[in-house]
Amino acid sequence: MEDVAIAGAGQSVFSRKCGVSIRELCFEAFKEAMEGLDITGDDIDASIICSAPEYDKQRSPAGLISEYLELTPKPSFYVETVCSSSSTGLRVAWSLVKAGLHRVVAVIGFQKMSELTSREAAERMGRGGDIIWESPFGLTMPAGYAMYARAHMAKYGTTEEQLAKVRVKNSHYGASNPKATYRKELSLDEILGSEVVTSPLKKFDCCANADGSSCIIVARGDVAKGITDVPIWIIGLGAATDTMTMSGRESLTGLRCAQEAGKQAYQMAGIGAQDIDVAEVHDCFTISEILAYEDLGFAKPGEGVGLIEEKQTYADGKMPVNVDGGLLSKGHPIGATGGSQIRTIVHQLRGQATEAQVKGAEIGLVHNIGGIGQYGNVTILRR
Amino acid sequence: MGFENFGTVSFTAEAKAADFITYLEAGKVMATRCRKCGVSYFPPRMDCPRCLSSDVEWFEIKGDGKLISYTVVNYGPTGFENDAPYILALGEFDGGVQIFACLSRDIEQKDIQIGMGLVVSPVKLPDNRIAYEFKKG
Repeated sequence: MEDVAIAGAGQSVFSRKCGVSIRELCFEAFKEAMEGLDITGDDIDASIICSAPEYDKQRSPAGLISEYLELTPKPSFYVETVCSSSSTGLRVAWSLVKAGLHRVVAVIGFQKMSELTSREAAERMGRGGDIIWESPFGLTMPAGYAMYARAHMAKYGTTEEQLAKVRVKNSHYGASNPKATYRKELSLDEILGSEVVTSPLKKFDCCANADGSSCIIVARGDVAKGITDVPIWIIGLGAATDTMTMSGRESLTGLRCAQEAGKQAYQMAGIGAQDIDVAEVHDCFTISEILAYEDLGFAKPGEGVGLIEEKQTYADGKMPVNVDGGLLSKGHPIGATGGSQIRTIVHQLRGQATEAQVKGAEIGLVHNIGGIGQYGNVTILRR
Repeated sequence: MGFENFGTVSFTAEAKAADFITYLEAGKVMATRCRKCGVSYFPPRMDCPRCLSSDVEWFEIKGDGKLISYTVVNYGPTGFENDAPYILALGEFDGGVQIFACLSRDIEQKDIQIGMGLVVSPVKLPDNRIAYEFKKG
């Protein structure tokens, strides 16, 4: 069977309020992904639309977006794993191409969170937990991760200052990312002095709700070679789940769904953590990046903070992570985030990164988590 | 009666497990156990996916648990504006049963320690609502 590659990758500017409709938002990512490819929309055999429902009023957005991008009458459908929806879309696209059903598939992720107030958005995310047993207590996304942070601190001695250093790094790179919501460097003191949202997480430990879109063009290997000079090969895919309930978790010091997805992806690619040149991890909160270091094997459990203390996850370190600013700088338009992470790695492997290019990067990893660790997705790409 | 008055805000009412609320009104926090294979469930389930049986029995969660983790939520979502600050917590009880709930407002923040002893008990909320919460064990 043919290998599967990414031919094109694009995203919109991520912002607190985009001021356009969701179809127009998706066009921006589609345009960037398609520009420079030797195909038109007519060559796209199917589209997969990815977002989390209930942020905008549109039901069944796949039909709307495929019409606006003139992808009808080709098949289009919707996939959802909350914050990792577009990584799930990529997994489905890979399967469709690998199986021989389609030659070229567009994976389009979007979210327009500004349709809601901040409290309303928090309520939607809280209902991303178990609505009978846990949401009625006032569970929120940051609260769930804060409980992971507190448990990690209790077990390993992790400090708030160490968490803040993740934001220092990511704000440094985000400052030069033209697509990022926040393009300002933050000092350790500014981060540590920001208001406590849900202890021990402070305002600057948290990513922001945002509007944005992403688009990945997935193609059969021989087709990809014909339409782009530098196809980026999908060599590893991992996907796993953990319980919806916090009470069902075996541990609050690591994400089991990420550990499992990582193992699968490394095995499929035939490589290990030491072979990764550059990674994008799901830093929805500063603690999430530390957990990712450990869950992906960049560090042993409890030793993830060493990587940030020693600046090993900066662009010139041993294991560069989120050198585009991460979710913490870019903002987190839920359905678009995975595609944005993929786009960054595609740019890195093509030597086209604008924020900080990791020299000679050949293998990259994307770690994209849905909910409070409910859905884990790891994708490994090679130049 | 179902889950319509459970917690600060409830989002759905009907469930086969609605007897949980009847027990809660009577002062008991209950879990279920599959009569066929013996597995215990919290949150309680009326169906056992392991042996496909729906023959379950209720049992009360008693005794001391310990605090696994917590967070003080200063920013509540819609419907919880007036609750904040509130403290969400995960406790572990006999047999490895874990429960997610709020820490009682009687516990001062400075006294909270990971590993501290907890008991779980019903709590009446305003407007005839009901939930369960953790108190010091």
